[in-house]
Amino acid sequence: MLRGVDLTVATGESVALTGESGSGKSTLLHLIAGLDAADSGEIALAEIIVSGLNDAGRAELRRDRLGLVFQQFNLIPSLTVADNLVFQSRIAGRHDATWHDELVERLGLKNLLRRYPEQLSGGQQQRVAIGRALAPKPLLLLADEPTGNLDEDTADEVLHLARDLVVRTGCGFLMVTHSARLAATLDRQVTLHAGVVA
Amino acid sequence: MRRALWILAVLLSHWRRHPMQLATLLIGLISATALWSGVQALNQQARIAYDRAAATFGGSRTAMLVSRDSATFPQQLFVDLRRAGWQVSPMLEGRVQIDGRSFRLLGVEPVTLPSEVGTAPAVGRGTLQAFVTPPGEMLVAPETLRDLARKEGERPQANGMSLPPLRVQAELAPGALVVDIGIAQDILKLPGQVSRLLVGKSKTPHATLDSVAGDKLHLVEPSAESDLERLTDSFHLNLTAFGLLSFFVGLFIVNSAIGLAFEQRLPMLRTLRACGVSARMLNTVLVIELVSLALVAGLIGLVCGYFIAAALLPDVAASLRGLYGAQIPGQLSLKPVWWFAGIAISILGALAAAAASLAKAIRMPVLATAQPQAWQQAQRRWLMFQSAAALAVFAAAAVLIQFGDSLIAGFAVLAALMLGAALILPMVLQIALAIGQRSARAPVGIWFWADSRQQLSGLSLALMALLLALAVNVGVGTMVDSFSRTFLVWLDGRLAADVYVSAASDAQARQIKAWLRDRPEVEAILPGGRADTQFGGAPIEVLGLPDHSTYRDNWPLLESAANAWIRLRPGDTCLVSEQLSRRMKLAIGDHIELPAPGGNWPLEIVGIYADYGNPKGQIAVNFAALTRHFPQTPLTRIGLRVAPDKIAPLITALQEKFGLDDRNVADQATMKRESKRVFNRTFSVTAALNAFTLGVAGIALLTSLLTLANSRLPQLAPLWAIGLTRRRLAALELLKTMAVALITALFALPLGLLVAWCLLAIVNVKAFGWRLPFHVFPLQLIELLAVAMAAALCAAALPVARLARMQPATLIRTFVNER
Repeated sequence: MLRGVDLTVATGESVALTGESGSGKSTLLHLIAGLDAADSGEIALAEIIVSGLNDAGRAELRRDRLGLVFQQFNLIPSLTVADNLVFQSRIAGRHDATWHDELVERLGLKNLLRRYPEQLSGGQQQRVAIGRALAPKPLLLLADEPTGNLDEDTADEVLHLARDLVVRTGCGFLMVTHSARLAATLDRQVTLHAGVVA
Repeated sequence: MRRALWILAVLLSHWRRHPMQLATLLIGLISATALWSGVQALNQQARIAYDRAAATFGGSRTAMLVSRDSATFPQQLFVDLRRAGWQVSPMLEGRVQIDGRSFRLLGVEPVTLPSEVGTAPAVGRGTLQAFVTPPGEMLVAPETLRDLARKEGERPQANGMSLPPLRVQAELAPGALVVDIGIAQDILKLPGQVSRLLVGKSKTPHATLDSVAGDKLHLVEPSAESDLERLTDSFHLNLTAFGLLSFFVGLFIVNSAIGLAFEQRLPMLRTLRACGVSARMLNTVLVIELVSLALVAGLIGLVCGYFIAAALLPDVAASLRGLYGAQIPGQLSLKPVWWFAGIAISILGALAAAAASLAKAIRMPVLATAQPQAWQQAQRRWLMFQSAAALAVFAAAAVLIQFGDSLIAGFAVLAALMLGAALILPMVLQIALAIGQRSARAPVGIWFWADSRQQLSGLSLALMALLLALAVNVGVGTMVDSFSRTFLVWLDGRLAADVYVSAASDAQARQIKAWLRDRPEVEAILPGGRADTQFGGAPIEVLGLPDHSTYRDNWPLLESAANAWIRLRPGDTCLVSEQLSRRMKLAIGDHIELPAPGGNWPLEIVGIYADYGNPKGQIAVNFAALTRHFPQTPLTRIGLRVAPDKIAPLITALQEKFGLDDRNVADQATMKRESKRVFNRTFSVTAALNAFTLGVAGIALLTSLLTLANSRLPQLAPLWAIGLTRRRLAALELLKTMAVALITALFALPLGLLVAWCLLAIVNVKAFGWRLPFHVFPLQLIELLAVAMAAALCAAALPVARLARMQPATLIRTFVNER
């Protein structure tokens, strides 16, 4: 699916990954996240060679160094917003109460903490997902169509928040999107076509 | 550790949000553990009682020397063997009648009693003097003292003499009276005779048995299993089979709940994996979660199991007493191992029920997406595989029927039939529903059948549980009713006399007979007698039948030689019970040698008769011949033929004249009523377990429907959107459940009849030694069909009512993509 892709995301940089359906955007994101394994090639995150890790190693990498945001939000339906927010940082052993409070404040989740995901709108759910992903202060935030299920205004608002927080944490940000308008708001845009960087 | 706790908290949060699913899981585990542990508690209680009985001065667990050719032998052999270095102790056994009731009398010699006689009471360690010197002491279990309605120190009468004062010895088995051997010889009128010599473990060298006793005695090696244990094995196997069935039905619920919870938690598990939880950690925590739940459910299940066992114990005790003469105390006393085993079975059951889900979780790819088509294809493949497995299991059952020749093989046939039927049920339902779909014309009708088919995978486990419960109910119900019908006809033949009298002693019996001869309303006096002896290595009864038309016309013979009753008169022929003929492979025309006090008694078999409910083998001979060969036989039983309208006044007159109570004199109707009561009680445990199993299957169906209800919304909402009312949708849902339950129930009926046939033709023959005719009871089948439909209706009512009252907003949410 992917052939000879060469891509680097620098610390603090936000990159939009665009391309038509089936071009391999999501596959690339999944490979970087260690959700899938590549047949060949190398993926490195800081000093870690992701492609050389086994399943447990990739799980550890996701837990400690990455933040993931999906189109379907993928919150845990049986946990409250508060519990969802701290989940990853807690299991990574990287919980920072001050940063957590700041996240809650900046994402506007203060009054929603006791609610369950099903009681939130799509925009609110995505804000919780971003909060969860950034809570352990990852090296890289990966987002797969994070605004795909949101209306335009909400999408702008969510992306604006995500960018602000990425800048605040200083992590890299790689976002898969179909929207040229949203892609244009990020630092750099990379387009994939039939598995290669166009 | 903290990480694992966090993950565990997340997993547990699912149950907080889905309490009904948690309840389903716990109910399944609790029912499975409770029914299994309850049955195990009953078995354990019975085994404790058997151990107690076996330990009463050397049952079959002690090596012993017995006579080769008679019931007793001279005491001098004991003296000779002791002198030759044998550590032997004499024992005399017989029966005595006290207040018209028969008790086992054991005479022991406490000084030489081997120490390894088990948990036998330490006679004489302080009271030896009182035990051996006249009037001696008669040791009895507390239950026996209650049965005798006596107090300690009282001296009951038997065989025309006062017995030694009663003393309670708690370790003794109920029904046994233990006295010094000298006193026993006086009571049984067998001076200088002993029944057997218990052999202690001697470390000193001794002469060979032949050199001391010639060929008069032979050594019986100790057996790990007592006679009672051997006899009751089949009963406990039956109970265990029921317990196991209930356990599996319970596990069906657990499997269904865990499977559904796994499907519902799949996105959560994927999210956890995406957030960096490793597969190993996730599976470890899933197992910890399951084990914790199983621990809680196991503890509750054990408490429920205790109460189930306590509730069933009186009936089980009555069954064992009725069937095998085993005395089981009415109080439950459980060993710690029962508690640990209960918890272990709960955990193992939960892990077994969750095995498929756990295996899926281990193999679960983080990125797998919903693939309904692939899933459907996998389901189809699974269905084909299941059906092929069912056919293989049926083939195994056929081979077992053809070549199996044991009780275990009989149960294996039953298990194979049920497993095969359960496996093939989804295919049967698929075919039936596909036929329905093909014949439907209206769009809603087509949807009805198609949707029922789609729902099958979620319901099939619960329907399997229903199938098994119904089939067992039909099978056991048919067996019990067939037995009942046969038993009643048999009882009419066996209880042909109009009045039965049991005198307190031979002397009283003689007085009664003399008095009766002067009563014009008495048409015939039929004396009866019963002696005990050993035959083919097992205890048997020898029954004396007077030569009278009452027996010739009514006694239920299964097979007989020509003129069998006439040939019985001289005393050189006999009739044998069905179970003895099967066990010893005896047929008409065979010759046997029956050990009797005066030497072996040669007899030719001229008939085989049914003797239902008797654990011992039985031989019937002419009464006069019995008294000649067994002169010590108590002659206290008398049957009377009396004109029907004179029965009641005669009984009153007998009671007044001889001080007899209702236990000593009864009319035929009372005897039959009592026998039927015992019969019904014998099967009340089976009926209770039947009802439990059906109840658990009903819960399985209810829980499956409840858990499926939420996932059904995406199928139902579009129909609601295009104009079907919620009420109509609810009615359709109800109809669908009833339709699949009906197909299942109809499939269960022939399966149940097959189970009944197996029970009657294979299991009963091996377990009890008798074969009963097979009857079909259509009314009973219709009744069970109605019960099944009622169970399905009850199970479907709650989810259907919820659907009928569902708020439109809930249905609309199905179309909202925002979530």
